[in-house]
Amino acid sequence: MISAPDVVAFTREEELEGELCSEPPLPEEYSVPLFPFASHGANPWAKVASSKFTRDFILISEFSEQVGPQPLLTIPDDAKVPGAFDLNYFSLRIMSVDYQASFVGHPPGSAYPKLNFVEDSKVVLGDSKEGAFAYVHHLTLYDLEARGFVRPFCMAYISADEHKIMQQFQELSVEFSKASECLKTGNRKAFANELEKKLKDLDYTRTVLHNETEIQKKANDKGYYTTQAIEKANELASVEKSIIEHQDLLKQIRSYPYRKLLKESDFHPYEPECAPGQASTGCNRDLTTSDLAEPGETRLYAHVPSYTPKLIKAKSAKCFDKKLKTLEELCDIYFFTQTLDQLHHIERTFRGDVCYLLTEQISRALLKQQSVTNFLFEDVSFLEEKPPEKQYRGCQGLSQDTIDRKCSEESPAPKVVISLGSYKSSVESVPIKMEPEIEDSQEPQMTESLTFEHQENLDYLDADIKGSISSGESIEVLGTEKSASGLTKSDSQASLPVSPSPQAGRSKVGSRRTVSEDSIEVLSTCPSEALIPEDFKASYPSAINEEPYVDDEEEGLRFTPKLSLDNTDDQEDILKEENLVQVDSACCIGKESPNFLDPLPDVGQKPCEEDGVVRIPPQSYRQAEQGLRGSFGSFPSHEGISGGLLPYELESRYPAGSRDISKSSLDECSDSTSYISSAASTCSDRTPSPAHPAGQASDRHKKKAGQNALRFIRQYPFAHPAIYSLLSGRTLIVLGEEEAIVKKLVTALSIFVPNCSVYAKPVKHWVTSPLHVVDFQKWKLIGLQRTTSPAGVNVLHALSRYSRYVSILDADSKTLRCPLYKGTLVSRLADHRTQIKRGSTYYMHVQSILTQLCSKAFLFTFCHHLHLPINEREPEESVVHRRMNFLKLQLGLANEDIKIVQYLAELLKLQCIQEPGRGVNPLLRFDYVPSFLYKI
Amino acid sequence: KSSVQTIGEEQIQNPYTELLVLKGHHDIVRFLVQIDDFRFASAGDDGIILLWNAQTGEKLFELHGHTHKITAVAPFSSSGASEEKKHLILSASADRTVIVWDCSTGRQVQKVSCFHSTVKCLTVLQRLDVWLSGGSDLCVWNRKLDLLCKTSHLPDAGISALVELPKNCVAAAVGKELIIFRLIASNDGSKGWNVLEVKRLVDHQDNILSLVSINDLTFVTGSYAGELIVWDALDWTKQASECNFWDSSVHPDAQPEIKLTQSPNETSVQHLTSDEECVFAAVGKGIYVYNLQMKRVIACQRTAHDSSVLHIEQLPNRQLISCSEDGSVRIWELREKQQLPAEPVSTGFFNMWGFGRANKQANQAAKKTQENTPMYFLELVGDLIGHSSAVQMFLYFGELGLATCSADHLIILWKDGERESRLRSLTLFQKLAQNSDLQLK
Repeated sequence: MISAPDVVAFTREEELEGELCSEPPLPEEYSVPLFPFASHGANPWAKVASSKFTRDFILISEFSEQVGPQPLLTIPDDAKVPGAFDLNYFSLRIMSVDYQASFVGHPPGSAYPKLNFVEDSKVVLGDSKEGAFAYVHHLTLYDLEARGFVRPFCMAYISADEHKIMQQFQELSVEFSKASECLKTGNRKAFANELEKKLKDLDYTRTVLHNETEIQKKANDKGYYTTQAIEKANELASVEKSIIEHQDLLKQIRSYPYRKLLKESDFHPYEPECAPGQASTGCNRDLTTSDLAEPGETRLYAHVPSYTPKLIKAKSAKCFDKKLKTLEELCDIYFFTQTLDQLHHIERTFRGDVCYLLTEQISRALLKQQSVTNFLFEDVSFLEEKPPEKQYRGCQGLSQDTIDRKCSEESPAPKVVISLGSYKSSVESVPIKMEPEIEDSQEPQMTESLTFEHQENLDYLDADIKGSISSGESIEVLGTEKSASGLTKSDSQASLPVSPSPQAGRSKVGSRRTVSEDSIEVLSTCPSEALIPEDFKASYPSAINEEPYVDDEEEGLRFTPKLSLDNTDDQEDILKEENLVQVDSACCIGKESPNFLDPLPDVGQKPCEEDGVVRIPPQSYRQAEQGLRGSFGSFPSHEGISGGLLPYELESRYPAGSRDISKSSLDECSDSTSYISSAASTCSDRTPSPAHPAGQASDRHKKKAGQNALRFIRQYPFAHPAIYSLLSGRTLIVLGEEEAIVKKLVTALSIFVPNCSVYAKPVKHWVTSPLHVVDFQKWKLIGLQRTTSPAGVNVLHALSRYSRYVSILDADSKTLRCPLYKGTLVSRLADHRTQIKRGSTYYMHVQSILTQLCSKAFLFTFCHHLHLPINEREPEESVVHRRMNFLKLQLGLANEDIKIVQYLAELLKLQCIQEPGRGVNPLLRFDYVPSFLYKI
Repeated sequence: KSSVQTIGEEQIQNPYTELLVLKGHHDIVRFLVQIDDFRFASAGDDGIILLWNAQTGEKLFELHGHTHKITAVAPFSSSGASEEKKHLILSASADRTVIVWDCSTGRQVQKVSCFHSTVKCLTVLQRLDVWLSGGSDLCVWNRKLDLLCKTSHLPDAGISALVELPKNCVAAAVGKELIIFRLIASNDGSKGWNVLEVKRLVDHQDNILSLVSINDLTFVTGSYAGELIVWDALDWTKQASECNFWDSSVHPDAQPEIKLTQSPNETSVQHLTSDEECVFAAVGKGIYVYNLQMKRVIACQRTAHDSSVLHIEQLPNRQLISCSEDGSVRIWELREKQQLPAEPVSTGFFNMWGFGRANKQANQAAKKTQENTPMYFLELVGDLIGHSSAVQMFLYFGELGLATCSADHLIILWKDGERESRLRSLTLFQKLAQNSDLQLK
C-alpha cells in the first residue's frame, strides 16, 4: 500500500481544472489547487439527489421481440439496490445503443440463413437525468424460436460515478467479456441441442409425410394429383429444405471459432474435463467438414437425454402467444450459474469508491515493481493470481536493457487507465441509427463542424452555464468499443492500429452535448488498447500524430509536448545516457546525489520518469505518475511545465496529452453537478471496496487488524518497544489467560511482523504448550496461554529460560518485558495521538511507512560496498564504518532503527540467495541486549 | 541462592548471535564428529548417523544401518597420497556391529558384526593404518576390515577408553586399571600384527572415566573419584597426581567439612582436555585448570554449571567452552589476574568469600607462597541457551561456529551473526553478478 484513500480522495484530478482557468496570474507551479466548490459549502461526498440508487449494480436486460426492452435481473438481487431507479426506462436506454454488427438471416446471395458470430460491443453511456452511468456490454444469444434466431441481451454495470466507469472501463470490459463468453458458450451448447432436436423432429416429420404421400400415391391411380397430394408434396419439400437449413445452422454453430477460448486461457467456464479437449480441437478445426469435425464440441453437446421426435408443422408460426425462452433456458444451467458467479464477482470487485479501486490498482502496480522487497510486509499471494491483462507493464526489470527496450518499444502503460485518456479525448455526436463503420471513419467536414461546436461550448462554459447545456432527455454515450478480438472480424477496425488516421480523426472530432433533444452523444468511440495486437504496439505512439491538431486549441490550457515521432529517438538516446549515469550513482555509496539519498523503491524506473512527458503515449500516464510521485525531487523540468506541477496535477493532465486536457476539463466543468453526485454515490456505500474477491477475507482482516492495532497503540504506552521487537525480528510473546484477548492483540500486532518468506506469516495466534527454541526460529509473534496448572509452570519456566530471545507482553497484568527502544521510526509508525480513525486507513498508513522502510532496507542490502571491501586490502573495520555511516547519515536512522533495517536486510538477503525449490533455512538471529520491564 | 556465576543479557564478547536448529534425530544425540573443514556427523541413541554441512546447516545424508544406539563414532580418513582423500567414518553400536560409512556418498562401505560385546570405543592409528575397537576385548583391524589380532577377554566391563601412545602402544582404560598394549608386527605374515599386554597400572582408586593424550611424552587420566594422574607416555610412570584437588590442594583455606558434603558424583572427572601447558578438567559441576609445569591447579570455577559438566574444550584464544547437563553451554576465558595487595583469593577462583575471611592467617600464608607465580581465573564470557535438555557434546568449528548436540534430540549450530551476514552479502552479490539482474525467481 503506498497511499491512503483518505488522501487520494482530495486529490481527484478534476478539482483543479476550473481554478487553473480562472487564475492565470499565479505561475502554475506555485498554485495550490483548491476544491472548487468549497465556497458553496459543498464537500466532495455530498450526496446529490439525482441518483436514485444507493450503490452500483449490474443489470441484465433483453430486447424482447414481444415486449421490447425489459430488465431481466439485477445483481445484487435486491430490490433495495436499484431503489427508485427506473429499470425499465434504463433498459430502454441501454438497449438502444447497441452497435453490435449483428446480422442474422438470409444475406443477399446466400441460400441459407447465416449465423454471424458477432463480437460483443462495449459502450459507456451516461444519463445525467437519472444520474446514472453505465458500462453496457451487448451480446447476442441464439434462439431457434426467435426472430432471426437471435436474442439481443445486454449486461450493464450501473454506477452513479461517471469516472469510475471511465477509469475502470478496461477492467470492466475484461470481466464482462468473461461473463459474456461463458453465457455464449452455454448458449451455443443449448442452441446446438435445440437444433438437434429440431432436426430429429423434422426428420420424423419427413418420414411421416413421405409415408403419407406414398399411401396417397398408391390410393390414387388416376394419374393426376389431387390438391391434397400436391400440398403434401409441397410440405415435404419445405420440410426437406428446412432440414438442410437446420443442418447448415448446426454446422455453423459447431464451427464456432475457438481462438477466443484459446486466447483467454485463464478463464475456463467449462467443466475441467471438457476444457482440454476443446482447446485442442479448436486449433485444427476444419470448417468444411460437418458433424464429425468437432469431437470436443460434440462431446460437450452429447450428453442430451434421449429425445423422442414429434411431428411438427413445416412452417412454425412466429406468433406472439408463444413464450420466449428465459435466459436460463437459453444457456445451459451450468453456464448460467457460472455467469452469475462471474457477475457477482464483478459486482464485488468494483464495489466502492473509485479512489479505492484506483488506489488498489496503483499500489498493486507499485508492489509488483518491488518484487524484491514486497514479500516482507505485503500479502503477495494476490499479486500472483491476477490475470495478465491487469499487469502494468512497467519497467519491471531493473536491468537497463530491459528498461530501454520496454520504454521504447511498447507503452509501458497500465492498460486499465488507458481508457481514461482516450475516452476523454473525443466527443462526437452521432445519430442514433448510426452504422458502426461511421464511428471509425468520420467525414472530415463533419469533424470540422463539430470542432466548431465544441469551441462554442467552450464559450458557454466560460460563461458558467453549467448543467443547462445538457438536455434532459439526452443520453450520452461516453464510449463504445468493439471487443478485443474485433480485428479479425470487423474490417473497419482492422486497419486501426496501422494507420493512425482514424484515431486521430476521432479524437479530433468532438463536441460535448449538443442541445438537440433527441441525439445521443457518443463521447468516444476510441478503441481501447486491447484492440491492438501486441505486434502493433510499438507503432502506437500514433497518439503523437495528433499533434497537428494542437493548434486548433487554446494554448494556455495545457502543456504541450512539442514533439514529433522523429525526435523521440533523440530523446531516448539522451535518456539512455542519463540512465547509465544514474545507475552508476546508485551503485557507489560515496556520492551524495539526491537520487541516492532518496530511498526510491524503483531505482530502475527513472528512465521512464525522465521523459515521462515526452515519450510515453497517452495511455501510460500511470507509469509517469508513478515516476513523478516517486522521485519528484529529482525531476528535471523537461518541458518547463512538468517541473512545478504537483504530481496529481500531472496525473490528471498527463494522460490527456495535448488537447485532450481542455476537453476533459470541459467535461468536468459542464458536468460538475453530476460529478458531485457521482462522488457522493461512491460514498454512499460506505464499505471500502474489496477490490479483489480473493483478497476479500484478507481485506476484512486488514481492517480488523488495523483497528486493533490502533487501539493497541492508544491503550499501551509501551507500544513502541513492542513494535520495535517485532520489526527487529525478536519474537514477541503475548501472554494471557483469555484466548480472545490474546488473539486480538496478536491480530493487532501482526501487521508489524515482517515475513520471513513468501509463503507464511510467522504469526502463531494461540499456543498452550511450553515454547522451545525452534518456535522462536519459526514464529515471530506468538499468543501464549497462561495457566495456573503445573503445565503452566513449565510454560513460564521455558519463557524465563529463553528470555533472551523473546519480548513478553503480558496481556493480563499489562506489562512488557523487552529491550529498550530509542529510535524515531516507530513513533511515526505508531503515534498514539494519531488522528487516523479507521482501521483500514491506519493499516494503509502502516503499510506506507513499512514500504518506506523496505526501500531503505533494499538500498542497504544492495549497495555492494556497504558489505564488501572495495579492494582486497581494505580492512573489515572500514567496511563496517562505512556501513554504519550509511545507515546513520544516508538513511537517517537513529539508534535501534538501524537494527530494524539490518534485520530486514538479512531477510532480503536470505530470500534472494535462497536456492530455488528449497525453502529459506529458518535461522534465529538475536542480540545480547538487556531487557526492561514496562508497566502502564 | 545458586552459587553459579551468571552473566547478564549483555555479552559483548559472545560472538554467537545466530543459531540454526538442526532437526533429524529422534533420540538423544551423543556424538559429534568432524569429518572435514565443513562437515560433521552426529550420532546418538536412535542409531542414525546424520551428516551435516556446518556452514549451511544442510543435512547431507542420513545413514541408517544400526539397530541399536550408537556407542562410538570415529573419523576414518584415508591418507593415501596417490588417491583422492576419502572421508570415511566408523560407527559402533549396541547391536554389536561396526559399520564403515563413506561420507561423500552416504553409503555403507562395510559392516563388521562378529563382536561378542558392544564396542565402546574406536581409535584409528593413522600411522599404522589400522584401527582398534575396544569392548570386552581389544581388536586390531586393518583398512579392509580384516581382523588382525585381538586380546583375550578383559575383566569387568571391558575397555571404556583408548588412547594412542608412542612406540606402537595404546593405553586402555579398563575399570580402575590402565592397561598398556603394544602392537608388534607379526613374524609370520608380512601384514599381520600381534597385540601384547605390556603393563597394568593400578594407581586409580576408582573407575577411569577419561583418558587424554597431551603430547608425545605425557598423557593424563581422570577417575570417577576425582583423581587426576599425569603419566609419562614412554615408561608409563606417574609424573604427577592430584587427588581431591578440587578443594584442599589449591585452596588452603577450604574446610574439611566441605569435602564431606561433596558426593562422589560431584567430583568425578567427566572429561579432560589439554593444551601444551595445562590440563582442563571437567570435574563435577566445576572446571579446573591444572598446570603441568607447576603441577598444581592454577584456576578453577567450582560451580561452573548447575549440573555436571559433560564436555569441555579449549579454544585457541585461551577460551574454554563447557557444556553441561543443565542444557547450557558456557564460554570461559582464562585470564591472568592482577596481584591484588589485599586479597589473594579472587572471586574468580571460588565463590567462597566466607571461608576466606574465616582464616585470614592461612590466607596470608598462602599469599606468601604464591607471590611470585601468576594468578589466573576463569571469567565467564558468554552462555548459549537453546537446548532444553542436557548438552552432550559440542564441536568447535572455528569460524564456522559451534555445533552442540543434546538430549532434546536437537543439534544447534551457533554462528557469528556478523560473519554470516557478510557471507550472505557476498553470496548475494555473486549471484547478482551471475544472473546480472534482479529477477530472483
